[in-house]
Amino acid sequence: MPHLKTEEMIMNMGPQHPSTHGVLRLELVTDGEIVKSITPHIGYLHRCFEKHGEELTYPMIIPFTDRLDYLASMNNNHAFVLAVEKLLNLEVPRKVEFIRIIVAELQRIASHLVAIGTFGADIGAVTPFLWTFRDREIILNLFENLTGARMLYNYMWPGGVSRDFPKGFREELSAFISYFRPKIKDLNNLLTGNHIFISRTANVGILPKEVAINYNCTGPVLRGSGVNWDLRKDDPYCIYPEFEFEIPTGKGTMGTVGDTWDRYFIRCQEMEQSLNIIEQALEKYPVDDVSDVQAAVPRRIKPPVGEVYARAENPRGELGFYIISDGGTKPFRVKAKSPCFVNLAVLPALGQGIMISDIVAILGSLDIVLGEIDR
Amino acid sequence: MHDLVLKTLGIGDLLAWLGVPDGSLVYPIVASVFPLIFLILFALLAVYAERKVSAFIQNRLGPMETGPWGLFQTVADILKLIQKEDITPTASDKILFFVAPVLVFTGTYASLAVLPWSNGFVGADLNVGIFYLLAISSLVVAGLLMAGWGSNNKWSLYGAVRSTAQIISYEIPAGLAVLTAIVTTGTLNMTGIIQQQEGLFFGYLFASPFLFVAFIIYLIASLAEVNRTPFDLPEAESELVGGYHTEYSGMKFAMFFLSEYGNMFVVSAIAVSVFLGGWLTPWGTVPSYGMGFFWILVKSLFFVFFQMWLRWTLPRFRVDQLMYLCWKVLIPIAFACLIGQAAWVVYL
Repeated sequence: MPHLKTEEMIMNMGPQHPSTHGVLRLELVTDGEIVKSITPHIGYLHRCFEKHGEELTYPMIIPFTDRLDYLASMNNNHAFVLAVEKLLNLEVPRKVEFIRIIVAELQRIASHLVAIGTFGADIGAVTPFLWTFRDREIILNLFENLTGARMLYNYMWPGGVSRDFPKGFREELSAFISYFRPKIKDLNNLLTGNHIFISRTANVGILPKEVAINYNCTGPVLRGSGVNWDLRKDDPYCIYPEFEFEIPTGKGTMGTVGDTWDRYFIRCQEMEQSLNIIEQALEKYPVDDVSDVQAAVPRRIKPPVGEVYARAENPRGELGFYIISDGGTKPFRVKAKSPCFVNLAVLPALGQGIMISDIVAILGSLDIVLGEIDR
Repeated sequence: MHDLVLKTLGIGDLLAWLGVPDGSLVYPIVASVFPLIFLILFALLAVYAERKVSAFIQNRLGPMETGPWGLFQTVADILKLIQKEDITPTASDKILFFVAPVLVFTGTYASLAVLPWSNGFVGADLNVGIFYLLAISSLVVAGLLMAGWGSNNKWSLYGAVRSTAQIISYEIPAGLAVLTAIVTTGTLNMTGIIQQQEGLFFGYLFASPFLFVAFIIYLIASLAEVNRTPFDLPEAESELVGGYHTEYSGMKFAMFFLSEYGNMFVVSAIAVSVFLGGWLTPWGTVPSYGMGFFWILVKSLFFVFFQMWLRWTLPRFRVDQLMYLCWKVLIPIAFACLIGQAAWVVYL
């Protein structure tokens, strides 16, 4: 019937939509269930982080970094603190480095749990979401015990951390590790190997290696495309070289390299690697060192004139802070290089000729946090 | 047959004592109130059960605060829904928007008329009972389409179009699966179908391999017909916000909700009646009135539980995969079953 023609429809997905993971607005051009193009519109959560950074002293910026990627506050703190320490040329005590690694990896697990859970919920499986939040709760309780806060910690300071491990913290942590390892297997049984789940995610939203590199994707999105790039190995910071762990990369087990399933499964594997790192860190932890964790924190942070870029491997990719100092107590300019912003940018490239249900799956596998995209 | 229903419940005598003349319309109207009461009671308990089942699957406790073990949670929900403002969107088609939930509910309610509750205890003992059931349950489609179109919301429209395509497609394998059983019974009458299964262990389930496969096909197709996971695309909350009922609130939403849970029971009861011997005991003897009611309820509620179990375990299909499963997998197998069972009946 050639005389029948279909018309394209413009759909507005978000900013109030259950699976745009925050206040993202997607403008879809659809032909029935088929999506012709996607245009992301951002800025609904813009909070002037970078401008605030120019008006605040260095320690005062740290709570603001918490609110970038609010699911990985520890890692944000870490990246910012690394930048300030680089600017100050500050030596960090070994005990502090251990504490930082442990909390950073713990935060990575918590963040991946949210990513996996919400991804499952996007696909339509609600139970994994509650299972992952149950396990994340334990991590949040540990953090609450450690820092007094559950999500926004303001924990890492230049040269140190705000508090030492409380009594019994390391034992609780070991108990969590032995509790959590079987839970990953449970999760894989429930979700990862599910036939419907595989058919929804395998061969969907394939991100080729070259495209991922050209768009400057980082984190699980890049590794899902089969690129072995992790700052913890390739540009080591902190004391990561002392630990043995693997960098999981996408292998196309269920479909093609770089598909949605690969990006999802990277996170499952990374949780196990993080557990390995925490285990090793707990083993090597300088137990006899009873020095104050705030000992190396400078009383007054007034870095010399200069500029610095430091980056850290966040759960969602490479978070970088570019700081220009004019010699005062406040930075002249703070620029955050956000991994989520870059990872979201590939969505239009992936979203051609797919179905509406696939957008949700792809968006979930990119695992964006709008707090970091809009800053 | 409504007089039998009334007689059994003792209401007929009461009405006669009140002076209602024989053959008056009052009798069928009063008789039809009972399925409504059953439907509402069932929905109340099923929503509570769904919450508890999901909670136990997800390592939670579920509702615990409203009444003992949260038993009155659904009552509180209904009270909340009644109090809510009844919003009709300005840009909506007012008539369609109003009629849609009523039509959807009618489809569910009307199917209860021919469900056989016990030996001879059935609202309307139609000759074409099962045919009537399959036909009347399609009324839901019209309601959903009206809801989607009348809401004047793109997401609602998507949900409505999806559900129409899905329900109409899955009627075919469901109908074919039922037909496989009907080839054996030789009757479309619901009571007749059940009586034919007398003496069989679990009805037609193990009577022949074709019937067993047909039962599984019906089970899958019925999930799709009532929009339950893994076929809950029309109301996929992570994709289509709320699907066809995005714009509905208050009692209109409650009607959709009620009919959704009612449908869960209806499709389970059909599966049980056609394939599992309905009100017969599992070992195929004819029970007394009360026990017949007990058995069909137990069997049906198991499948209602089964639907909840699947919902909280499985992810959701994509539209094209849904259609692929229906047209390329279920329908060919259902046809093969039908032909195979026909040959089985003729040659064995």
